[in-house]
Amino acid sequence: MAQSDMNTSDTTRPDRSARLGGLIRQIPTRVWVVGFFLLLVPSFTGGFVQYQIFGWAFVLGLIALSLMFLGGYGGMVSLVQMTVAAVAGYSVAIFGTSGVSEISMGWPWYVAVIMAIVMGTLFCVATGALAVRTEGIYTIMITLAIASAFFYFTRQNYTVFNGFTGFNRVLPPPVFGIDWRAPTPFYYLSLFCAAAGYFAVLYVSRSPFGLVLQGVRDNPRRMAALGYSVNAHRIAAYAFSGVLASIGGILLVWSNGQISPGTASIGPVIDILVIAVIGGINRPIGAFIGALVYVLLRTYSLDFLEALNLSGERFKLLVGLGFLIIVYWSPDGICGLWERFGPKLKPRSARGREPGREPGREPGREPGREPEGGNDA
Amino acid sequence: MMLDPPQKGDEIGNEYALELKGVSKQFGALNALSDINIRIKPGERRAVLGSNGAGKTTLFNCITGDFPPSAGKVLFFGEDVTEFPAHERIRRGLRRTYQISLLFNGLSVHDNVYLACRGVSRGRFSLRRPHPGDALVQAADGLIAIANLENVRDVMVSDLSYGQQRQLEIALALAGAPRLVLLDEPAAGLSPSERKELISILNRLPEHMGYVIIEHDMDVALRVADRVTMMHNGRIFKEGTPQEIENDPEVQALYLGGGHE
Repeated sequence: MAQSDMNTSDTTRPDRSARLGGLIRQIPTRVWVVGFFLLLVPSFTGGFVQYQIFGWAFVLGLIALSLMFLGGYGGMVSLVQMTVAAVAGYSVAIFGTSGVSEISMGWPWYVAVIMAIVMGTLFCVATGALAVRTEGIYTIMITLAIASAFFYFTRQNYTVFNGFTGFNRVLPPPVFGIDWRAPTPFYYLSLFCAAAGYFAVLYVSRSPFGLVLQGVRDNPRRMAALGYSVNAHRIAAYAFSGVLASIGGILLVWSNGQISPGTASIGPVIDILVIAVIGGINRPIGAFIGALVYVLLRTYSLDFLEALNLSGERFKLLVGLGFLIIVYWSPDGICGLWERFGPKLKPRSARGREPGREPGREPGREPGREPEGGNDA
Repeated sequence: MMLDPPQKGDEIGNEYALELKGVSKQFGALNALSDINIRIKPGERRAVLGSNGAGKTTLFNCITGDFPPSAGKVLFFGEDVTEFPAHERIRRGLRRTYQISLLFNGLSVHDNVYLACRGVSRGRFSLRRPHPGDALVQAADGLIAIANLENVRDVMVSDLSYGQQRQLEIALALAGAPRLVLLDEPAAGLSPSERKELISILNRLPEHMGYVIIEHDMDVALRVADRVTMMHNGRIFKEGTPQEIENDPEVQALYLGGGHE
């Protein structure tokens, strides 16, 4: 199982401020450095980079983070996360305001946002309730089937989802008089949500619930023998991941200004898995690294291909090639590359266990698999 | 160390802690268990002996819900738990250890025991990190003391000796308020001194806490059990006190190489 950060052993009961101080001190220096860099990005980049590169990467990273939480900590690879995001996106359009006034209910934005998170989370929980009794390839197949069903349903349903057209003019509300769809405000909005999601995942993964979830991943039979309901914990994990994906979905629809069945078609659904795997599905930061690489490839591969006199429509070929290269050299994604080569780049005296390293599964132990020989009567 | 008040199904006056009625288990054409009938009184210490393949661990798996039995009923303190999932049986006071240690190697000894204590208490979904003053943390310390693991309290499980891992398995099984513990070959692979330690731990358990122990080592089994059940080819073929079993010619023949027809 994962390395423990519970520290039940040698801490004394601190007061609230001391505990907060302790938590802040646990944040590694490199996270502070990256944080300050990201805060300063708008000061030296243009709107395109802020909106189309970083903003989009934060949004996709948040949705991929929800998959990382399920896959990395729970051992459940769900292909329904983009669909959950789309459910939340559609809910914002349906309950709030959009260009399709015949369907949109026009509720206040904060009610629409809450309803969107609730609807997305409920959808994720319902999917989880169906999927948790399966493992491995069967979980993938069930979640893919649900994602496909949702795609076709939204495309054919005009009463609620407005069919093929979907909803346009789904815009973020002008809270504090700010146009949140402008590049810099949207950059900070998406950065805030991504950072909040990242730290929430870190906190939950190190709480008793998170440890139990990792125990369920590594050895469900043992956890049941300790009195834990394996399925209930898995469904709770789906609920948490549903909240993350829903927030990502709301940002996605605000970023695009519209939502249609194509948002949750099979391509984007698979892309979220690709993003999580490229970055490293065992670490929360991997979701954002993967998203940034994916967005860069998607944005610039077209120019690159045209420079080589190749058809720009084949940009997915480059994305796939990048995916293949990264996964071939490091099954644990870019984070795995860092793990493998990073310590070798450090001075000998500084080597050793890094603080703040995200918990991963034991080497050689597959999720859901138990040591052999426990059953020989 | 006892954390919880009496749990579900804890009716006073139940004659048997565990009762198996005609339990059978088939794996395809193989009859791993055939018509097993066992009654174990509250606080009783029972040893289950038998050669490899006799069905001892399968019996445990049917009792704890790891496998559903193909036929028959499992009653725990009078309550029919045959259809219950494993975690529901555990919450009613049934515990078990495994033949091969199933521990969380990346966690410390204390965190392993803490997880076991939380599993049979409320707040299994808690997001709040524990503090040293918490009841569950202190309960875990109590169990560590019972298992004589105080000196390795904060050591990673992967760094423990095999004998210490077996002791930790027992500590996990004692979390909460167990009413019956199933011990699957706890002495397997232990050195003579570690076996002595194990026997001492088992003999120090509170009198009201019954257990069923699978053991190949007759010396260990006969020293920690009130009664002995002998199994062979998925059936029970002898039951009695340790002395009766020890002196039984059929048992002697089976264990000394004469075979059993």
